[in-house]
Amino acid sequence: MSAGANTYDVAVVGAGPAGLAAAAITAGADLTTLLLDENPTPGGQIYRAVTTTPLKEQSLLGEDYWAGAALVAETKASGAEIVQGATVWSLDATRELAASWAGTSRFIKVRRVILATGALERPFPIPGWTLPGVMTAGALQTLLKCSGLVPAGRLVLAGTGPLLWLLAAQLLRAGVRIVALLDTAPSANYLRALPHVPTFAVSRYLTKGVALRREVAQHVEVVRGVTRLRAEGQGALASIAFKAGPDERRLAADVLALHQGVVPNVNLAMAAGIAHRWHPVQLCWVPVLDAMGNSGIDGIAIAGDGAGIGGALAAEAQGRLAGLAAVAAVAPERLARLPDRQLLEQALARSMRGRAFLDQLFAPPRWSRLPEGDTIVCRCEEVTAAQLLEAVGMGAMGPNQAKAFLRCGMGPCQGRLCGLTVTELISNTRGVAPAEVGHFRLRPPVKPITLAELAAMAHTQRAVAAVVRE
Amino acid sequence: MRRTADVIVIGGGIHGCSTALHLAMRGLRPLVVEKDYAGRHASGVNAGGVRQLARHLAEVPLSVASMELWERIDDLLGDDCAFESHGQVLVAENEAELDQFRARVTDLRLRGYAHEELIDRAELKRLVPAVSDACPGGIVSRRDGAADPFRTTQAFRRKAVALGATVLEGVSITGLQRRAGIWHLSSSAGPFEAPVVVNAAGAWADRIAASLGEPVPLEVMALMLMITNRVPRFIAPVVILRGRKLSFKQLANGTVLIGGGHQGRSDRDANITEIDWHKLAESARTVWELFPAMHRAFIVRAWAGIEARMPDDIPVIGPSATAEGVYHQFGFCGHGFQLGPGLGALMAELIATGRTNLPIDPFSIARFAPVRAPRPPA
Repeated sequence: MSAGANTYDVAVVGAGPAGLAAAAITAGADLTTLLLDENPTPGGQIYRAVTTTPLKEQSLLGEDYWAGAALVAETKASGAEIVQGATVWSLDATRELAASWAGTSRFIKVRRVILATGALERPFPIPGWTLPGVMTAGALQTLLKCSGLVPAGRLVLAGTGPLLWLLAAQLLRAGVRIVALLDTAPSANYLRALPHVPTFAVSRYLTKGVALRREVAQHVEVVRGVTRLRAEGQGALASIAFKAGPDERRLAADVLALHQGVVPNVNLAMAAGIAHRWHPVQLCWVPVLDAMGNSGIDGIAIAGDGAGIGGALAAEAQGRLAGLAAVAAVAPERLARLPDRQLLEQALARSMRGRAFLDQLFAPPRWSRLPEGDTIVCRCEEVTAAQLLEAVGMGAMGPNQAKAFLRCGMGPCQGRLCGLTVTELISNTRGVAPAEVGHFRLRPPVKPITLAELAAMAHTQRAVAAVVRE
Repeated sequence: MRRTADVIVIGGGIHGCSTALHLAMRGLRPLVVEKDYAGRHASGVNAGGVRQLARHLAEVPLSVASMELWERIDDLLGDDCAFESHGQVLVAENEAELDQFRARVTDLRLRGYAHEELIDRAELKRLVPAVSDACPGGIVSRRDGAADPFRTTQAFRRKAVALGATVLEGVSITGLQRRAGIWHLSSSAGPFEAPVVVNAAGAWADRIAASLGEPVPLEVMALMLMITNRVPRFIAPVVILRGRKLSFKQLANGTVLIGGGHQGRSDRDANITEIDWHKLAESARTVWELFPAMHRAFIVRAWAGIEARMPDDIPVIGPSATAEGVYHQFGFCGHGFQLGPGLGALMAELIATGRTNLPIDPFSIARFAPVRAPRPPA
């Protein structure tokens, strides 16, 4: 790729459905558009490796997955400059990004930024979750999509959320035997979801969801109402203990895939200074945005799951709307040849139908969000729940003091894997709302960069300065 | 809530907390009022350098006195504050710099201070094997070291509270008035009163001073730091440079802290600091050139803390020139952490006895008083 320029009309961060759609719109309106994506190929999580996966049998990953191929093709044809393997590690209010690819970092100045950084799996801090053999459902699905790899040995899936069921079905279709699916969704979720049945019933999720559950239940022991889940083993996973109803049970296992929903990946947006609020149903931070996805910082918009979990089709519609907003700001005369805003808003509303039902039905229980005792909260610095509670007792009123007391959240993951747990644990202990407790104060680099490439940036600056002085 | 105290300390940084502790040790009942939380700004997020090395001459006696407290910090606070003494080394990057360093060390000797020691290339290489061969020598201060800044500030706060001090967090002072020998402070949590007030409000201290009729030219600064992933132990002392801005140290856990005076952007009213990567890239470049061992390290985090700086680069310490019963302790210009323990003791002595043996005249707030036109002869 060329990427010679360091100024663009639009930078889009992330090539999942939202980012691909946004870039297709802005590049289609002849705005110079740079689409930066961390993965080797476009697609984000949902359409991961859609152009390169070795799994050509379409029924295996399902039609919702293959729908991504058309979107990738559309964006590639739009004229957007797409850079794969690029990590955006800084963004400020002047819309200067710092990004690293091919071993070099550079500053890029743009008129509009569209963040489409997607979602992360919610942390699932149970006893033993750091043992080798315990992984997330998302990680297993990544291996499946990218490389056609499936786990060997006795596999157990545990948790809640649509992805868990989808993964189970995909693995079954690939010929994998699943010992059990341990459903941790509390039965009270069904009652809470009840008021949302009417909209769910007319959404695309109903038939798909029912079919998926039936497909899985035919081949896998599904255990409902699971609590007190523990991964056990010396040096590696050996067994899984849990409670189901009144019974204590234990299953021998080699691989445990955990999942309890996805949450917005907010690190870059927070580091850029965008305001966030606590979402009381989705139990996570979401950015404060207007209807077109614009944040409070001039020229920076957010689309897709990073703006609040809505799924792939909502993300695509949000991406197109954010693209339109960028065109409206930079070259409004070109709006005429672009898709109609109202149609997109209708598509977005349609794709959000049923979401409230899913949020309630798959809501993760308290016990799997609020670890106790020796259970690890922060994996990077190996901080336990008990240590965190002790720090709260010593006056750590929020995540930032916890960080200073314990180094909790100070490792290379920058709090991605512990942030929500820390906020909820402190909130629960102090008896105040998560919004009052707040989140880690995040700063760039939102992902680690090498000293060498940062040093090389200074070199480039000096060379530029030397030329300018002459 | 306690509304009266012997002394109200405005600001819960290391200075405010240390002064409160030393006041409590003298049997007084201090009240610390902090607008955020103790150690939220410069005191909690600085580089943790415990440095006598390369200080302004006026600060040397205070720094030397403070060092004695650092060396028994565990006895004082019941917490070792992660203080480790592996020395600090000022590296000369060339012969011209080394000549300047030689002159400084000689000057300090004549004034009776022996903590700074000139070292040649061989001793530099022995102390800091990882440094580039191009450096001809430097100065070492062998008793210096580093501590954990937030933990230290919290330890002062905890010990002060254990001895009878009160610390109120999340409370902002909005006004000061003296009536009948008592200071009445208004705040976001109602009124407080005490005969004595200490202004240890850091980057916000100029507002207190201005309300007392003694404005100061305080500049808000945001010193940036960045830290690497854990790398194998390769350097024990803290290394600082003079010409190019750099301070460099490896913490006990293997991470390497890189700082040295580059400033980010800040907004003290919003408690916001922003990193300037163009400047941090310069720091990275300097490290890259001086420490080949760092070529494969990763930068994991960067941050900046809000701090006060005075135009002459030394703090404001001592009684107010306009308001009786008010004492200032602010404007440490990015090098106040090491002074914290000693200055707390000094301020408590000053408040309790009215005097101190250490020379603090150079730090008087009166140095910023506007020059008044001489009155015409009558």
